Amino acid sequence: MDILLQQIINGLVQGSVYALVALGYTMVYGILGLINFAHGEVVMIGAMIALTALQALLAAVVAPVLAVLLSLLVAMAVCMALGYSIERIAYRPLRNAPRLAPLITAIGVSIVLQNLAMMIWGREYHSFPLPFTSTSHQIGGAVVNDVQIGIVVVALLIMVGLMWLVHHTRTGRAMRAVAEHPAAATLMGVDINRVISVTFMLGSALAAIAGFMVSANYGIVHYYMGFMLGLKAFTAAVLGGIGNLRGAMLGGVLLGLIESLGAGYIGDLTGGFLGSHYQDVFAFFVLIAVLVFRPSGLLGEKLAERA
Amino acid sequence: MQICRFTLFAVLGIVLVACGNNETTSTAASDELVIRIGAAAPLTGPQAHVGKDNEYGTRMAIDDANAKGLMIGGKKARFELLSEDDQTDPKTATIVAQKLVDAKVNGVIGHMNSGTSIPAASIYFKNGIPQISPSATAVKFTAQGYNTSFRVMTNDAQQGQALGEFATQVLGLKKIAVIDDRTAYGQGLADEFVKAAQASGAQIVAREYTTDKSVDFTAVLTSIKGKQPELLFFGGMDPQGVPMVKQLRALGMKTQFVMGDGGYTPKLIELAGGAEEGTYASLPGVPLDNMPSGRDFSKRYEARFHQPIQLYAPYCYDAVNVMIAAMQKAGSAEPAKYLPEVGKVVLDGVTAKISFDEKGDIKGGAVTIYQVRQGKWSAVQTMGGAPAAH
Repeated sequence: MDILLQQIINGLVQGSVYALVALGYTMVYGILGLINFAHGEVVMIGAMIALTALQALLAAVVAPVLAVLLSLLVAMAVCMALGYSIERIAYRPLRNAPRLAPLITAIGVSIVLQNLAMMIWGREYHSFPLPFTSTSHQIGGAVVNDVQIGIVVVALLIMVGLMWLVHHTRTGRAMRAVAEHPAAATLMGVDINRVISVTFMLGSALAAIAGFMVSANYGIVHYYMGFMLGLKAFTAAVLGGIGNLRGAMLGGVLLGLIESLGAGYIGDLTGGFLGSHYQDVFAFFVLIAVLVFRPSGLLGEKLAERA
Repeated sequence: MQICRFTLFAVLGIVLVACGNNETTSTAASDELVIRIGAAAPLTGPQAHVGKDNEYGTRMAIDDANAKGLMIGGKKARFELLSEDDQTDPKTATIVAQKLVDAKVNGVIGHMNSGTSIPAASIYFKNGIPQISPSATAVKFTAQGYNTSFRVMTNDAQQGQALGEFATQVLGLKKIAVIDDRTAYGQGLADEFVKAAQASGAQIVAREYTTDKSVDFTAVLTSIKGKQPELLFFGGMDPQGVPMVKQLRALGMKTQFVMGDGGYTPKLIELAGGAEEGTYASLPGVPLDNMPSGRDFSKRYEARFHQPIQLYAPYCYDAVNVMIAAMQKAGSAEPAKYLPEVGKVVLDGVTAKISFDEKGDIKGGAVTIYQVRQGKWSAVQTMGGAPAAH
């Protein structure tokens, strides 16, 4: 029983990170109908910036808590600027181009960012210097540490905050309006370019937070870390219904749980015929199954209608 | 990784041999026997520093031999080094191997990595050129049925076996969980570990897998936790070993954590932030300080090349000397004539007392187990291996 509980905790922690990153994919898709494949690399850049900032701040003997907060803010600011620039440079000029064109530039941006990070931070793994020890707690035989609790709590707060922003603020209303009908929104006096820029910056800020969380949790940072994470988060977004904020959260947490329980039990259930290396296969199999029976994902597709 | 590095070394040697070839032919006097030694290793790319180290080790042996004025078959022998760059790339390795063969080398020291040594071996075999790898550890290298392939370092089977015996007999732990990263290296090492552990009466309570790109092992480790093993063996490299040991400790598991040579890196200690304390890892061979003439060799090496030994230079040095010993015994540097003697050589080398089994593997090769103690790798025990006489 404690093993099952532990697997559920593992899945929740992992799923919270997927959900945060998936929100970035889903917001952009909801408004532009574009899959921003560079989003995973923004997560990685966020982690790298946080790493550099944290190292610098700790070297300057800033108080640990302050250093963590400051480095997170710096990473968010840089990623927001990055998200804005990506949209300006790679997507806006192609807004009226065929849908395939921005998809290609997205992949291009992703490769550029990855190589840029490789040039700046090198090919080696870096240690993420979290300036406090993460105490472990026992819950009914399962173990959970401070960083993991932090990840789940922060992810939850951010999701609640984002829902509030989309439903109860002027910016949120503008976002929903643009998602529903861009031309009509323009006629109503909504500045589309501004809304899109804000969306990209919001998504990138979330990516920076996710990057920080992943780095703090695993303790290592690497220029390639964004690729698989981005792919998984994209899967989570599709699983929940891409373009749908609640869907991204549900999809993220669900994917985390599926992976964790899949890896934990698949070996025992199949008598060793399939091992834990089928973890990813299992997750993608669930995705295929969901899409076959519900092509628009668990909660459906539209940001404006459902969010 | 290990495989690549080995291969690189090998190619390097070949390239070196090929390059040096042309200059030497014209200068050779009639009473002088010019012997070309090829060396192949990666001289460019991420493993270039280790590859260059191999070249230096080979060069040192050749210079020593020339200084001694050895006679082979009644003629004064003059050795020349042809060093080639195989870039750790299996395809480049075969090109380099052909280049060395075309340059009519008498023998090859290399390649550095298993991945390059394995494909290059067939080219040396077809041309009857003896090849001694200083550092290729994959079992397959000497298992291709080529009588020209030799190595002076313990292979992965011997390493896995030493680790299995260490876990079960020295640590006395019999409930064991095993994870591997599904690479040729990780899987091969883990399989050999399991074989040896089971032979000593250990029970493998979990056999799990991951990939060489994963960072999250909590699910697998949680599943293993339920089976309460006393020891966890991971066949893989340090990028996975670091988060694995961190998550292992974060889950509150006191299980002993053991890796192969993929874990024996300064990076593991740098990245794991304290969780790695007590971790065991192995490295083929013995610690430099424990080598019969390791300190002396290391002093001479540093004086000559103005850098510390990176990894395999002493093994390259020994490989050259094995080759020379066989040539002296045969009284000829003709590959066809001295090849039968290579397998019979018994040599007190820098690294160990070297002799080969019928496959060309070093007999009773040593494996040293290290443990992280107070944030440093400390040698715990050397398993197997025949110490040299002096």
